[in-house]
Amino acid sequence: MSAAMDKKPSAPHGDLHDLSVTELAALLRDRKVSAVEAAQHFLARIRAQPQLGAFLALNEDATLNQARAADERLAAASAGPLEGVPIAHKDIFVTRDWPSTAGSKMLSGYRSPFDATVVAKLKGAGAVNLGKLNCDEFAMGSSNENSAQTPIGFSAPEPVKNPWDVSRIPGGSSGGSAAAVAARLTPAATGTDTGGSIRQPASFCGITGIKPTYGRASRYGMIAFASSLDQAGPMARSAQDCALLLSAMCGPDPDRDSTSLDLPEEDFSRQLNDSIEGLRIGIPKEFFGEGLSADVRAAVQAALKEYEKLGAKLVEISLPRTELSIPVYYIIAPAEASSNLSRFDGVKFGHRAAHYSDLADMYQKTRSEGFGDEVKRRIMIGTYVLSHGYYDAYYLQAQKIRRMIADDFQQAFRQCDLIAGPVAPTVAWKIGEKSDDPVANYLADIFTLPASLAGLPGMSLPVGFGAAAMPVGMQLIGNYFSESRLLNAAHRFQSETDWHSRKPAGI
Amino acid sequence: MSLTSSDIARIAKLARLELPAAEAERMRTQLNDFFGIVEKMRAVDTAGIEPLEHPVATFQDIALRLREDRVSEPNQREANQQNAPALERGLFLVPKVIE
Amino acid sequence: MTSSKLIQGYEVVIGFETHAQLSTKSKIFSRASTAFGAEPNTQACAVDLALPGTLPVMNKGAVERAIEFGLAVGSHIAPRSIFARKNYFYPDLPKGYQISQFEIPVVQGGAVEFFLGDEKKSVRLVRAHLEEDAGKSLHEDFIGQTGIDLNRAGTPLLEIVTEPDMRSSAEAVAYAKELHKIVTWIGICDGNMQEGSFRCDANVSVRKPGAPLGTRREIKNLNSFKFMQQAMDYEILWQIEQLEDGRAIEQATVLFNPDTGETRAMRSKEDAADYRYFPDPDLPPLVIANEWVQRVRSEMTELPRVMAARFCADYGLSEYDASTLTQSKDMAGYFEATAKACGQPKLAANWITGEMSRRLNATDIGLMQAPVGAAQLATLISRIADATISNNAAKQVFEALWSGESADVDAVIESKGLKQMNDSSALEKIIDDVLAVNAKNIEEFRAGKDRAFNALVGQVMKASKGQANPAQVNELLKRKLS
Repeated sequence: MSAAMDKKPSAPHGDLHDLSVTELAALLRDRKVSAVEAAQHFLARIRAQPQLGAFLALNEDATLNQARAADERLAAASAGPLEGVPIAHKDIFVTRDWPSTAGSKMLSGYRSPFDATVVAKLKGAGAVNLGKLNCDEFAMGSSNENSAQTPIGFSAPEPVKNPWDVSRIPGGSSGGSAAAVAARLTPAATGTDTGGSIRQPASFCGITGIKPTYGRASRYGMIAFASSLDQAGPMARSAQDCALLLSAMCGPDPDRDSTSLDLPEEDFSRQLNDSIEGLRIGIPKEFFGEGLSADVRAAVQAALKEYEKLGAKLVEISLPRTELSIPVYYIIAPAEASSNLSRFDGVKFGHRAAHYSDLADMYQKTRSEGFGDEVKRRIMIGTYVLSHGYYDAYYLQAQKIRRMIADDFQQAFRQCDLIAGPVAPTVAWKIGEKSDDPVANYLADIFTLPASLAGLPGMSLPVGFGAAAMPVGMQLIGNYFSESRLLNAAHRFQSETDWHSRKPAGI
Repeated sequence: MSLTSSDIARIAKLARLELPAAEAERMRTQLNDFFGIVEKMRAVDTAGIEPLEHPVATFQDIALRLREDRVSEPNQREANQQNAPALERGLFLVPKVIE
Repeated sequence: MTSSKLIQGYEVVIGFETHAQLSTKSKIFSRASTAFGAEPNTQACAVDLALPGTLPVMNKGAVERAIEFGLAVGSHIAPRSIFARKNYFYPDLPKGYQISQFEIPVVQGGAVEFFLGDEKKSVRLVRAHLEEDAGKSLHEDFIGQTGIDLNRAGTPLLEIVTEPDMRSSAEAVAYAKELHKIVTWIGICDGNMQEGSFRCDANVSVRKPGAPLGTRREIKNLNSFKFMQQAMDYEILWQIEQLEDGRAIEQATVLFNPDTGETRAMRSKEDAADYRYFPDPDLPPLVIANEWVQRVRSEMTELPRVMAARFCADYGLSEYDASTLTQSKDMAGYFEATAKACGQPKLAANWITGEMSRRLNATDIGLMQAPVGAAQLATLISRIADATISNNAAKQVFEALWSGESADVDAVIESKGLKQMNDSSALEKIIDDVLAVNAKNIEEFRAGKDRAFNALVGQVMKASKGQANPAQVNELLKRKLS
């Protein structure tokens, strides 16, 4: 074994990092490669290619211990569905053996006494944790330029770069996850999606990601941003891989999360190969307005043609309040965040200012030093819209329109089985391009926010390339609990196309 | 509507954030930009619409799950306090609280 | 003094907010223990400390206790109530917000009824809502710093809010005592005020009769009935003095200092006015099915007011006696045991509310520790009822039992020779002797002077060394003189 640990793994099917989760799991099960070999292969790649700034923390001992345990289970034929498969976690999930920072200075070096439920479930299914991935601070952002943490291989905070063009953003907030998967630094990663934080970076980095129905995956151990919106989901190269991972991540958590749904665990792979003959795909006209750039429009429309070839029927539908979802989301999410982030006060854990005159000063200096600009902005917005005299006009009004938006979807699903459209109006933009224009960032979330507000499952799959040869993703939105159907539709598309297996140059 | 610098000061105090003059002014501009896109939302007629706090509630009835009254958390003070900025004899220390 | 209607021409208006710690084993949103007195922060789990990633999960036991309370005071149990976040920064509040109920509380309306002296009072409840307690700040022994113990954080509380219905500090204290009785009687709270299990905030204002409500000041954390009275009395006079001196009352939260007997405004929490309440997205609505309410109702112990009504109906007691005897489960039980054993409920009531209570108060021990048990008292009462002994004699017997001189009622009657002389031949002999030497009184009696007759009765009682049965003496005398 130890001999095998030292030499480069000799994988019969090419380089291990080119294998999908499904392929890798099969190799491991057949003992053609050991979990330790797989873990070492990816740890070596991560060490060798830190320039993307995707990883924030490694703990090789902990990784290899998990890998050895996986090999023992594989030997004992008591292996889980993901036994030995390396995976990395967005640093919004707390982990016992890796620091958990949420990309914030507030939590530099924070050690959690417990693992997030999603992390524990993946470990239970046999997955081996490679480390923690960079993200926007407290998952607030869509460019990953808001991380205050220093990636491995760097000496100061550094924005994550898009493997398809390192001068561009990977998207966010799960930008580290998307970049790492696209660059083959990990076969798969976890992400979280509050207003598009899985779907948009997946789209920008040319990978596949899915956000399940709100309540499918436990939020216990996910550092909270907006409680009524946050959902965990997998990010990988294919719908088939996502289905495998999602099945391991979801399930009720009655003792830990009151909002986790009482639904039995589900095998989201079971419908992957079903025919989509006659599938009615709704095309919301509001998703194809003048806000949508021509290159993205062309790629998405080509994909829709492909779906017609596969036997699907396209139906025009309307989601009339699509534009309203921007103000509604950017009131509700900051309101919840302003309250969720009050626990960061320098008393029990996290950053505390070095110098202060009294308690009030300690609070203010601690929070002003610990939080970055975007987080402060959202805390300010949230505090304001909940404050006396403004609650009804802003927060309550937003929650009412939120219901109208959710009802619009139920109307639409009378005419169609699932909804398709762009994930974002453009491809990934240049680092720094929008960094001093918060509102411009908010507006770019327009297509992912409606499903988030309604708590619906949504995913992004690569459907081509747009401006500057950057990847374009298409969004599929399903009704509540229809993840299997979404993954089925995506898998059928990926069975006929190869957009999802394209690699950035030099990877 | 437009936020004044005194609004910014009031909100910052509520949120326990310290904003130097320049930062406060930039914050004021950015928040006013944002509330510009919020105006549309305020005009929407929502008479008789129930606010939606829990997304899935549009789709199915939801009710708070209740836990049996059992104690199952052992003392893990050491692990729970490992990140504490200031401790003494198991207590978290803060600047004197004046009542 | 403050039980009178007006003070210096001012009407007192008091409303109460009481925090009753619910007697659950685990906390309201976590599975850590609620036991009192543990080492600092050893019972503060990850959820109680608000560690990143933690979430609340509701304790069924806390909800059940809220339902019991609502049923005990005739409230409406909301089929659907909402948990909300009350946002403010304080070191003993780990999340920076308290999970409470705001717009839709679980218990709505109801009333608490009690006697103030022999005047029946009813204080209306606005609501009672579930919320979590905060931790404790220890200001001593840390130079310039405060130590935070979060063991108490997350202990379930029921906050019980009244209408401003009380018109004197005495009435307010009587309300608090009645509320304390109810929560301990139904067992949802241990009522230990020293340990803070039952804490009262009093909202006090004064006004000229007929004037609109005055500005109120809230006296926080009154954890003894004695301090409660002192604090309110001081506050009332302070407010009147301010107004008399032409100063306006400013709304404030004040603390009572038992050492000085004064109240003073708190300096902290000044700017905490804007709590930014909003429904907690971590907790779906609390839904309580009617079946649950009915089950709790069917399993509840007989409530004091129901028991009091039964005492009136079954034992013919006055409302006042009935309510006095239902002050505690112990007393009610002691009474029923005595009454059943001797078949003399009225006598039993008189003895328990009279002689027994007097002695208990004097010696400051509980009824269950009293040296005279229900069985003994019952025997004693039977002896009075069947005229074996007089009331005065009974008091002597009681004294003997209390002092432990003897435990046997009849033995005491024997040894002290307290038996009433009920055999008429012996009594007639005494009467004849008395009449023989009191010709003068006999004449006066026949001349129609009742005084003379009473004198003769007295002579006979004296001659019988008090053992004669007065009724019997009257009867025989009348016969002999007619």
